[in-house]
Amino acid sequence: MSRPPLSRTARLLILLATVLVLGGVAVGATLYAAGRAAQKDRTQTGGPAVTPGAVRLDDPHHTLFRNMAWGPHRDEITAVPTDRLSGPRTASGVRCLRFYQASGTGICLQAVHGKLRDTYRAIVLDNHLHELRHYDLAGTPTRARVSPSGRTAAWTVFVSGDSYAGTAFSTRTSLVDTRTWHLDANLESYALAVDGHPVHAADINVWGVTFADDTHFYATAATAGKTYLVRGDRIAKTLRALHTNVECPSLSPDGTHIAYKKRVQGADPDAPWRLYVLDLRTLRESATGEHRNVDDQAVWRDDHTLVYSLPGNYGSDLWTVPADGTGTPRRLTTAALAPAFQH
Amino acid sequence: MYLADRRSASSSAASPVERPPGPDRRPGRRAVAAVPSTVLVLGTVSLITDISSEMVTAVLPLYLVAELGLSPLGFGVLDGLYNGVSALVRLVGGRLSDRGRGGGHKAVAVVGYGLSALCKPLLLMVHSLPLIGAVLAVDRTGKGLRTAPRDAMISLAAEPATRGRAFGVHRAMDTAGALCGPLVAFVLLRVAAEGYDAVFTVSFCVAVLGVVVLLLFVPGRAARAAERTPAAERTTPAESTTVAERTAVAESTAVAESTTVAEGTTVAEETAERDPAGPRMPVRALLGRPEVRRLTGCAVLLGLTTISDSFLYLTLQRRLDLPGGWFPLLPLGTAAVFLLLAVPLGAIADRIGRRRLFLAGHLALLCAYGLLLAPLSGGAALVCAVLALHGSFYAATDGVLAAATADAVPEHVRGSGLAVVQTGQTAARFLCSLAFGAAWTAWGDHTAILAAAIGLALAAAVSARLLRRVGASSPLNSPPEQAS
Repeated sequence: MSRPPLSRTARLLILLATVLVLGGVAVGATLYAAGRAAQKDRTQTGGPAVTPGAVRLDDPHHTLFRNMAWGPHRDEITAVPTDRLSGPRTASGVRCLRFYQASGTGICLQAVHGKLRDTYRAIVLDNHLHELRHYDLAGTPTRARVSPSGRTAAWTVFVSGDSYAGTAFSTRTSLVDTRTWHLDANLESYALAVDGHPVHAADINVWGVTFADDTHFYATAATAGKTYLVRGDRIAKTLRALHTNVECPSLSPDGTHIAYKKRVQGADPDAPWRLYVLDLRTLRESATGEHRNVDDQAVWRDDHTLVYSLPGNYGSDLWTVPADGTGTPRRLTTAALAPAFQH
Repeated sequence: MYLADRRSASSSAASPVERPPGPDRRPGRRAVAAVPSTVLVLGTVSLITDISSEMVTAVLPLYLVAELGLSPLGFGVLDGLYNGVSALVRLVGGRLSDRGRGGGHKAVAVVGYGLSALCKPLLLMVHSLPLIGAVLAVDRTGKGLRTAPRDAMISLAAEPATRGRAFGVHRAMDTAGALCGPLVAFVLLRVAAEGYDAVFTVSFCVAVLGVVVLLLFVPGRAARAAERTPAAERTTPAESTTVAERTAVAESTAVAESTTVAEGTTVAEETAERDPAGPRMPVRALLGRPEVRRLTGCAVLLGLTTISDSFLYLTLQRRLDLPGGWFPLLPLGTAAVFLLLAVPLGAIADRIGRRRLFLAGHLALLCAYGLLLAPLSGGAALVCAVLALHGSFYAATDGVLAAATADAVPEHVRGSGLAVVQTGQTAARFLCSLAFGAAWTAWGDHTAILAAAIGLALAAAVSARLLRRVGASSPLNSPPEQAS
């Protein structure tokens, strides 16, 4: 600070030069990103064929998922022949970040591009993917499920802290009865019991619902740094812990097994989850043949086969592995997310 | 900022000299109208920097979840550690900034702002939660580092009599930036879908611009308002006596009048302390000063019963069963009220006394707690009332505490003093978050809020007693013209 101060003109010139350089960098970075975004709207050669068409949720020969392939139908729910998941895709025109369907009821978590900010909403869809009801969401969508009969739907969003560089994230999970339209906006209001003792902490988080029937479900509840598999009851409004270290459970169609992400000891803290299966009758857990990190709520293709997403060139690909711990993982299709199989 | 700079320091300094002496003097509208250019420049720097940092804050959750595919749960685990480190850094920063005869404030502030700026491109390079957490911690360290020296510069540049208003102007500009940031980020993502790299790059450019403005337009050695206004503002011994004779008048005026008395003492004290080999004042010695000790004590006491924003919004949402889409809007409500009221409340603080308004601000918070506890079902009206009270709380306490601290801390240790009080407050609020979480777990949210409300009422009562005693013996609690 011993230098003589610069003259006013010199300071203004330096400021002007800085603004020009920084402005150039900022505009350049924005144009580059905009160009890249535009590229994603053009169909990529070699990608799956996507054509618009009529899509039905309960079509027995088709499976639905979010199409991640670049092109005009990116992020739309598409139908593919169930026996050939990598085959041609029929785009529904409905864009969803997360999606699930059962027995003709769909749940779609989508972004709404507003004037001043983007928001999210959950949409309950009928068999022809028309909106029945929608609910505004408090955060970023992450999980969505529908009960086997199609009556009850559930979804989870991430809600972020609001402080400076806030790093306190929490989840919020809601349930809706599509017959009465009764909404349980936050499952944290259910009575949680761990080892038979009631827990009502401020740090309870519930996420990743998977339905047994219209009333009963399984989910992950976390409190005091531990995660639990809980069995929930929509009528009694209770959550009862069954097992620890279970995240994003997924119930097999026959209701006997839970596939889930288990946080394993000694793993890379960025990639701590492995795909496990829990036998609900014996509470014995077993690893699957997938040894990579899985951060997804897996789905059951049938009572013996799991399908899950792993990062791919277009966001994510769908993979499959047997549920009994045998076999090796196999890629089903590229550029797809959030599949829903007919059971 | 160009305009701000033109309103050079000398013109604002001129007015106090023109004041007629005596207790009835009025400082004239000019002194009130002209916010010192340094304050405006620092406000501009904060505005620019907050645009930059809030751009990142706004898109970070989406970036982590949608782009990186990370599950951000349990992200806050290290928050305690980061908060601790940040508090230490803040104290050290405050201490270091007092070296270099005023130049240190700018130097430490530049390092703080620079550190945060460098974090933006780093965010583009790291893709794992621990590393992203580390970058955010460095970002927060930069913020911790710069706050005390920046506030020291504001306090030194502003007229002691209008310090509250100067801080109000700064906080309003700061909040305006914070409100603009998410909008800028949104526009960028609209132009370039999923262009998080563009958001981080632009955020970096904006942050660098802030540092450059700071480097170019904030004087290295703050021209002190006190130095610029020698005889006229300093009370002569004779005057002190006359004022002292009247100290038995009503409480409010007594505080204001004694102000002028004690000022003489402070000047003497400061000159002694600023002797060539004058000792720098460590934290312990600072806390040895009764006014600093009491102010810190009050800030800590009240901080211990100030529940965090997130908890307040969470309780608000649970009690009123708000639709989910409202949740992200709650902080905007608080910020908007803060923005609107920061300047007027700062000016009111200058008139009625900063400590008094600081206390009144906490009463606003107490009212907000009360509304959360009351069995009301006002819906939108109730939400607006709580947010208005919450925003008023910030407007009446944030900059006002800094102004009150500046009154109690001599110039050559201003940075350290501000750092001590702010660190005490921050640490207390962090403890309150932990305690509130525990109370919630044990008793539920209603009882936890009730406990916080009772605690806040007690803390406010104790603080009122403590601060009244300070008021009777400390300088510049309110401007001299209020003596009449």
